Amino acid sequence: MSKVGVITFPGTLDDGDAARAVRHAGGEPVALWHADADLHGVDAVIVPGGFSYGDYLRAGAIARFAPVMGLVIEAAQGGLPVLGICNGFQVLCEAGLLPGALARNAGLHFVCHDQRIRVENVQTAWTTRYWAGGEFVVPVKSIEGRFVAEKSTVDELERDGRVVFRYAGGNPNGSMNDIAGICSANRRVVGLMPHPEHAIDPLTGPSGDGIGLFTSVLDNLAGVGG
Amino acid sequence: MPKPEILDPQGQAVARALPRLGFEGVSDVRQGKHFVLEVDDSVDDDTLAKIAEGFLSNPVIEDFVVRRADA
Repeated sequence: MSKVGVITFPGTLDDGDAARAVRHAGGEPVALWHADADLHGVDAVIVPGGFSYGDYLRAGAIARFAPVMGLVIEAAQGGLPVLGICNGFQVLCEAGLLPGALARNAGLHFVCHDQRIRVENVQTAWTTRYWAGGEFVVPVKSIEGRFVAEKSTVDELERDGRVVFRYAGGNPNGSMNDIAGICSANRRVVGLMPHPEHAIDPLTGPSGDGIGLFTSVLDNLAGVGG
Repeated sequence: MPKPEILDPQGQAVARALPRLGFEGVSDVRQGKHFVLEVDDSVDDDTLAKIAEGFLSNPVIEDFVVRRADA
């Protein structure tokens, strides 16, 4: 069974749901602590949401220097699949694994609602279970979710098909090109602001469709699809 | 400071509040951060610039200026 590490920093909130999503998808979640000096043999890593280190300085700015992140950065450069959700996306941008940054929402409000998103790229390590152009509903809950980057960077992301998720039915934070999630050049590292781990079961979330990210990576690790 | 091309909604909110408080003539407000570091003489300007660029600011969205002042 594939092992998926879930990192907990001081201030992380969504590690429990991320681990539950991995288990629900048929994988074995492995808890990784921010101070860990090894990755415990995991096959993929999730950097979950929350407020790592209280979001002091900037969201994700201190977490990127945590000992475990040094290992994740090195492993990701070698092809390890990594998923950053919300604060995890901010951490991956600060770490330089993904381009751009997440700035304060254009409306200045903390948004917390069920959000429709469209899947634009189904060839990443985390999205092969989806249909291109398919839409599903997941919670979004953040105040620093506005994706920004140099225009040339955004143009490059668009040209290379590295916009993975786009907001549909309204942009909650003013992100450039309605971007909700992007991937690395090798399509192994994905970051998104909305929370698929909160939408894996209609009993506890707005839909069960978020599970696709977790089943996708397990397929990928088992050599299926992708 | 947020780069000029980066939308600064916090600065805009401050700018909109000023006329309501009776302060006219302010055409724009940008909101940034200010850090005060106490350092000894061994810390040179290059090191301060590295700290500013690599940690205190995010160069994707922010510019920075380093000023050295005597205590």
